[in-house]
Amino acid sequence: MGEKSKAEKHISRREVEHVAWLARIELSEEEKKLYTQQFNQILAYFSKLAELDTEEVPPELHVVSLVNVYRDDKVEKPLSRGEALKNAPKKREEYFEAPKIL
Amino acid sequence: MVKALAGLFELPAWEAARHIRGGELLAEEYVSCFLERMEKLDGRVKAYITVVREEALKQARLVDEKVKAGARLGRLAGVPVAVKDNICTSGIRTTCASRMLENFVPPYDATVVERLKAEDAVILGKTNMDEFAMGTSTETSYFGPTKNPWNLERVPGGSSGGSAAAVAAGMAPLSLGSDTGGSIRCPASFCGVVGLKPTYGLVSRYGLIAYANSLEQIGPIAFNTRDCSLLLSVIAGRDLRDSTTLSVEAGSYDGALGGDLKGFKVGLVKELMGEGTHPAVVEALQRFAGKLEELGAWIGKVSLPILEYALPAYYIIAMSEASSNLARYDGIRYGFRAEGEGLDWSREFSVTRSLGFGSEVKRRIILGTYALSAGYYDRFFLKAVKVATMIRRSLTESFKKFSLLLAPTMPLPPFRLGEKISDPLALYMCDIDTVPVNLAGVPAISVPCGFHEGLPLGAQLIAPPLGEGRLLKAAEAYEKAAPEMFKRPPLG
Repeated sequence: MGEKSKAEKHISRREVEHVAWLARIELSEEEKKLYTQQFNQILAYFSKLAELDTEEVPPELHVVSLVNVYRDDKVEKPLSRGEALKNAPKKREEYFEAPKIL
Repeated sequence: MVKALAGLFELPAWEAARHIRGGELLAEEYVSCFLERMEKLDGRVKAYITVVREEALKQARLVDEKVKAGARLGRLAGVPVAVKDNICTSGIRTTCASRMLENFVPPYDATVVERLKAEDAVILGKTNMDEFAMGTSTETSYFGPTKNPWNLERVPGGSSGGSAAAVAAGMAPLSLGSDTGGSIRCPASFCGVVGLKPTYGLVSRYGLIAYANSLEQIGPIAFNTRDCSLLLSVIAGRDLRDSTTLSVEAGSYDGALGGDLKGFKVGLVKELMGEGTHPAVVEALQRFAGKLEELGAWIGKVSLPILEYALPAYYIIAMSEASSNLARYDGIRYGFRAEGEGLDWSREFSVTRSLGFGSEVKRRIILGTYALSAGYYDRFFLKAVKVATMIRRSLTESFKKFSLLLAPTMPLPPFRLGEKISDPLALYMCDIDTVPVNLAGVPAISVPCGFHEGLPLGAQLIAPPLGEGRLLKAAEAYEKAAPEMFKRPPLG
């Protein structure tokens, strides 16, 4: 267990902060505390899967296997620029306005 | 003439459509009666997020004009339909019950909505749900919870709680929901109506705002089985805009209805009636099985031990897919955007998502990100997908012996608002009987099968892939034999 306390057996508060950053979600101090506690409960429950031997089982995701579904490569009417921009919270002229990157 | 009925709202939709096509009932009158019910009741039930009153009346009058002109009308002529608010409707706000999409107005219709319109249905409004369909009680909606029409202090189930409550309360004859881990069946059970989750790939997901694509399907909710069958018939079938749809041609399920259940072998699933199941649910299910037996079915028992692992496998897969799907909400092309001056990209993105998403959505995105991250991928995501394979194989094996499987829809009667919302794991546990169906991709239906202290209970029938006809046939036979289970809540 090392430095982790018993309540943080599966995930520490620092790990919660890190994963939340990866997901680009800023957490309040309260949320960090609550999520760390809840995630440990939930992950303890998820760990039940470790009981199963799945060595020989393939990961399949679909009930009816579909392979290579094609449609005709026909040009259809796209959304107009106006329609595409309509829902943007910030726009300038004919463009979406993004936050600064550099 | 069919008119001046105090209970016009109780007329089955299939019958109403027939009368409207025949000119014996005005679509305007039929649609109006639901709008009136809404005005009277929805302040208390809160099933709708958006109601398009004027547009609905306009569409209804268009149907009436077409009838007068002698035009041939569709299968849902003049029938109003309530649509879950995660299904895109052109020109009608589609919020996913989230602050993130509070003002989002889709520029196009989902395929299912196009198909409703092609059959002359009338869109009545958009129904409340758990935020981004993540929940079992409709309490995580940004717009506040929907109440159970049977008892306004209880939850209606979720995540399609508004769709089920609207139908139960007679504020729509039909509605569409979506089911990722039980989100059609759970509220159908809690509100005492019929809800069907189709085979994965039977119904197009084009225009359904994604939560966990490999698990979810849009499906019908109705007050009776024949209406459920009609709505499924309209929305089912291949769609070139959703490459996961099966090459099944659209048709009608009505041919499957009627007759007894001789030759049906029904397996009661032991693991889905475990010790956590409320005694009233067990008792109602046994009576339901007894009724099927009277109708000619053979009832046996089946044990599927792998189902014990369905719940964690489901949540890992659903959260992982959610973390990827919801990465698109960056506040740039659409959706909520935090006001921030001089914030850099990452920071503005993080603040936008922090304020735009509610607590449960954030919980699932972060846990899903964790389950997919380096070092945990094999232990969680890959493992869960392998368990899903095992569950699917186990169900396939059981269908060699049984034509249908039987289980409770929910392990308990509708619980109190606020009772479980602060304990996520306790709330997840309520999905124990519904999630195996989504992992296996098979169809299932929830049918009202009893009451406990005035609250509805539901029975769940599960069929092999594309066994929708079988589900509807069994449900309809039961409905005819036990009409007392298909009741309206005493809302006044």
